Amino acid sequence: MKRIVNKHPLAIRWFHWVNFPVLAMMIWSGLLIYWANDVYRVGWDDTTVLKFFPDSFYKAFNISGRLAEGMALHFVFMWFFAINGLLYVLYTLISGEWRYLWPERKSFKEAWLVVLHDLHLRKTAPPQIKYNAAQRIAYSAIIVMGFGSLVTGLSIYKPVQFGWLCTLCGGYEWARIEHFALTIGYTLFFVIHIVQVVLAGWKNFQAMVTGFEAEQLPELEREPSAETTNSQNS
Amino acid sequence: MENKPHELATDRQVRRRVIFSFIGFFIFISLVYLAFRWLYHTPDAAGVHAPLRKGYEVNEKIFGGTFNKNTLVKTYPLSAATTHVRVNGDVGMGDGFDPKSWKMHLVRGTGDTLLISIAEIKALPKTEIVFDFKCIEGWSQVTHWGGVKFTDFLAHFGLDTLAAYKYIGLQTPDKAYYVGIDMNSMLQPQTILCYEMNGKPLPYDQGAPLRLIIPVKYGIKQLKRIGTMFFSNTQPADYWAERGYDFYSGH
Repeated sequence: MKRIVNKHPLAIRWFHWVNFPVLAMMIWSGLLIYWANDVYRVGWDDTTVLKFFPDSFYKAFNISGRLAEGMALHFVFMWFFAINGLLYVLYTLISGEWRYLWPERKSFKEAWLVVLHDLHLRKTAPPQIKYNAAQRIAYSAIIVMGFGSLVTGLSIYKPVQFGWLCTLCGGYEWARIEHFALTIGYTLFFVIHIVQVVLAGWKNFQAMVTGFEAEQLPELEREPSAETTNSQNS
Repeated sequence: MENKPHELATDRQVRRRVIFSFIGFFIFISLVYLAFRWLYHTPDAAGVHAPLRKGYEVNEKIFGGTFNKNTLVKTYPLSAATTHVRVNGDVGMGDGFDPKSWKMHLVRGTGDTLLISIAEIKALPKTEIVFDFKCIEGWSQVTHWGGVKFTDFLAHFGLDTLAAYKYIGLQTPDKAYYVGIDMNSMLQPQTILCYEMNGKPLPYDQGAPLRLIIPVKYGIKQLKRIGTMFFSNTQPADYWAERGYDFYSGH
């Protein structure tokens, strides 16, 4: 006998996996667009620590000279990105899933303990329901970032009709910088996310596909329904 | 099921659920793969895959439909204008052109072309604008332009009835560069036929003697060295729209 612990509702898995290729396409087409005016860097005065992006990067991924293709893709897939994201937010609000996702007041303190635990600097992790404090912050931040991408993107796309939005972003050029910075943020999120998923192991990954985790029940525990079941770790 | 976080199942049931879930997952991955493969095998529609061209058109309907020509582009004080104005593209700007003998060919109808000299245009009231000129490549520059407001121009030459057409087409004298613009955007009050930059006559490489400045469009639409202007109810040929870009390309 196994105990099935339902973890991710079908809708959330759906939104998650739809977002994966859509966001990938948005980042890819965004790169094709960015190439045409690749002025951003990390540095000061004449010193450049990191150029976005080195020529070798463009070469490796064959990015050069594909602005039109990039725009054409970007302005179709933006709808999928926006609609999928809005449906996700609506679903979490209506279903009450947001309670597991939105950071609580204690989450900001606990997130440090989670990080210390993950770095093996602390033995115990704070107790959690479904998502730990660091996950709550990360998964909520990524939604806020998605919203930011829509706002800054719309400001660049229609800076006259949505002039007020553009002003809110600090003007046209700032909107472009913010739009770019958010994308860098997604890729950093992605890297950490992948590392964490790998570290969490197969069972955790499988739950994002199947929706549940199955736990082996000890032979003695025949009638677990009689017990009060506690929340599980992720 | 989702309200019931815990339930019991035999090993067999668990295995079945896992297998079915992963079959669904692989079907999903395959569909995503097939969708992208399909997209990249669709026929070309003026430089982009047909469904993406359709995307441009749908977006034009959505955003063009909400376009309000009374919404003004943000303007800046004169001091904000740059003196180093970028020159970006020279298609249609071939040598051997004499701005002095220039006349604009304004096609009112078949066999009815009005020739307009720069003196006639300069005699009209001048409108100046300092705005953030935006290139489709992603850069922008606050620049200062002067010329005649397009609506003033139409009124002066008694062309108001032509404003009923859906589009305007513009061509360079050598016809190498050409754009089509929706009438709504042309009639936006900040659109000017421009003969001055930074208070001086328009430089040769900026399209002397007359160019289009249309702040609600990207630079690709702001044709330099206007040769011919015509009116049409069908989309006029557009240089960059034929090369994969959005015909509308407006803000």
